[in-house]
Amino acid sequence: MSKTILIDPVSRIEGHAKITIYLDETGAVNDARFHVTEFRGFEKFCEGRPVGEMPSLTARICGICPVSHLLASAKAGDDILSVRIPIAAQKLRRLMNLGQIVQSHALSFFHLSAPDFLLGFDSPPAQRNVFGLMSSQTDLARGGIRLRQFGQTIIELLGGRKIHPAWAVPGGVRSGIGDDEINQIRERLPESIAVAQQALQLYKTLLETYHEEASIFGNFPSLFMSLVGRDGAWEHYDGVLRMVDSAGKTLCDIEPHHYADTLGEAVEAWNYLKYPYYKPMGYPDGMYRVGPLARLNVCTHIGTPLADAELREFRQRVGVDGVVSSSFQYHYARLIEILAGLERIGLLLDDPDLRSTHLRAAAGINQTEGVGMSEAPRGTLIHHYQVDQHGLITHMNLIIATGQNNLAMNRTVKQIAQHYIRPAHQANVPEGMLNRIEAGIRAFDPCLSCSTHALGQMPLHVSVLDANGQVVHEKMR
Amino acid sequence: MSKTLTLNGQMISAREGESILDAARDAGVSIPTLCHMNGVGDVGACRMCLVELAGSGKLVPACTTKISEGMEVNSDTPQLREYRRMLVELIFSERNHVCAVCVANGNCELQDLAIHVGMDHVRYDYLYPAENVDVSHPMFGMDHNRCILCTRCVRTCDEIEGAHVWDITARGIKSHTITGLAEPWGEVNTCTSCGKCVMACPTGAIFKLGATVAEMEKDREKLAFLKNARERREWV
Ligand code: SF4
Ligand code: SF4
Ligand code: FES
Repeated sequence: MSKTILIDPVSRIEGHAKITIYLDETGAVNDARFHVTEFRGFEKFCEGRPVGEMPSLTARICGICPVSHLLASAKAGDDILSVRIPIAAQKLRRLMNLGQIVQSHALSFFHLSAPDFLLGFDSPPAQRNVFGLMSSQTDLARGGIRLRQFGQTIIELLGGRKIHPAWAVPGGVRSGIGDDEINQIRERLPESIAVAQQALQLYKTLLETYHEEASIFGNFPSLFMSLVGRDGAWEHYDGVLRMVDSAGKTLCDIEPHHYADTLGEAVEAWNYLKYPYYKPMGYPDGMYRVGPLARLNVCTHIGTPLADAELREFRQRVGVDGVVSSSFQYHYARLIEILAGLERIGLLLDDPDLRSTHLRAAAGINQTEGVGMSEAPRGTLIHHYQVDQHGLITHMNLIIATGQNNLAMNRTVKQIAQHYIRPAHQANVPEGMLNRIEAGIRAFDPCLSCSTHALGQMPLHVSVLDANGQVVHEKMR
Repeated sequence: MSKTLTLNGQMISAREGESILDAARDAGVSIPTLCHMNGVGDVGACRMCLVELAGSGKLVPACTTKISEGMEVNSDTPQLREYRRMLVELIFSERNHVCAVCVANGNCELQDLAIHVGMDHVRYDYLYPAENVDVSHPMFGMDHNRCILCTRCVRTCDEIEGAHVWDITARGIKSHTITGLAEPWGEVNTCTSCGKCVMACPTGAIFKLGATVAEMEKDREKLAFLKNARERREWV
């Protein structure tokens, strides 16, 4: 008798999702799917609104990474105004994005995922959270919380408040930064770098412990995509959008305005996420991954000493010919990116351009189409707008990191389920196994409220089905 | 000539011909208003300033009702407070203001009033008709979603700037502000682009193009200053 096992909701990810595991007649895993059931209608209701409103409107898509939307949207706006924004504005935007990457990665690693590594995948669920971590690994948990605050402080100092800062605008930014604020950030840098380094050391000691997990948590070849500097350096705000193959070889650099020639978006009836894929290879073979792991696989180097040393070690220890294929190592990549972000923040703080008061270019509507891209903590974010001659939105398309990782997340769930769920379990899968499946998803740090921004239907409900369509088992927590 | 009247049980004196609103403000009593703006004539459009006349128990707008000798006025009764709250709720239920992303967020008279009357929810069904946004003017924009039909823009443009670009069309729930002969604002050639209506608008309905959330700050006293200075010939 074939059975279906559902895990709903997946805890400790942002938003709402569920996982379905289909067993065959023998009780072995036949297939697995990751569904997202949340519903947002941003693309639709932005129509008719002025383009200048988009950064603040789209920042509301997500309470976790508003800055990413803010920047991608402002960049799409710059494109519609056809302006090259003042250099200070560009660097300030970079500073904010780095703050965002640091705070979001810190949240993902320390608050959401560290409980699994440090307390164990099989530890009791009631303790397997940041509070449990607090009592057993007090210093690490504290350091992580402070690191997240540090990133948030940068955002707040620039944008005026932590969440939804309506600060970047088409043409530039609304306000600059003073010496006091710069010093305030600078003072906390050494401590933050130390926390990132400690976390990296600790993570490396766990590589052995979690060798098995690393080998089956989404460990497969795929394409990778991210922004990268023109010199090949790690990039998060500008540069070129590059697709590399599973051996790290460049397949193509994607022109922002022509991204749709290269990236297709498939839709499946059972999920509200869209499925972007690399068109030349078709769907679903054109599966690619974005985010920290992709950025580190795409770039040739990072460009700052501490992070570059870590990158080399990363490629040697967990890579094959320099390419890291296991999605488990998103965590590792995230820690390296925290370090890279902190080092770059340090460089920016010393940049005299930051103090310029020329922050905003004024221009009218000069194009009726604009594309803005940035690297969100979770991966490449694309905002594509069409406007009428006065700048009112007529069409909007958002391509979001979690959507792009969708195919890979599904593969990951299947791989983990096939490895851990044995016929002997029947449908009564141990909690620790289910937790590993969740953890496999969590490695991507999916942000589900973002990725289901498009108009769809209301959430699915929870059910466990056998071959006859009978509910046989449910797992809720 | 000075007249004497009672306001909330207190005897106050006021100038003949003055409105109840002005007399109350001179006496240090504030009455909530929305369509009233110093510098332009009153029309009694919003009913926020309703006060109760003793004896008849009649409710009249303080901004358009003149004082008279021996008048007894109550400006703050439980009933009036309830009505004011209902009025604000009705305004919010009528169009979709989306304060969170509004250019006037934090600098909006309607928002201030909602706080003042203690509006914590809206008891009426939201209507939220799909209103359009006119950004055809090279410098300013008009978002009908945020218009409360106070007609301040109409009076400001007519009385202070003398251009009379704005008008109100249709009736009741179908009322709308229009520019020119219901043309896109950018095509109205009587507009001098002076920006006075932008300043007059109590909400984020009229805004500077390119302004983003909470960026519109308005200095409305400047409008009254202009008008008074001109009338009193302060510059000659
Ligand atoms: S900008 Fe001046 S002239 Fe034009 S509509 Fe407004 S008040 Fe009237
Ligand atoms: S546009 Fe502003 S000033 Fe004019 S009627 Fe509407 S709310 Fe009042
Ligand atoms: S202020 Fe008196 S009716 Fe509006």
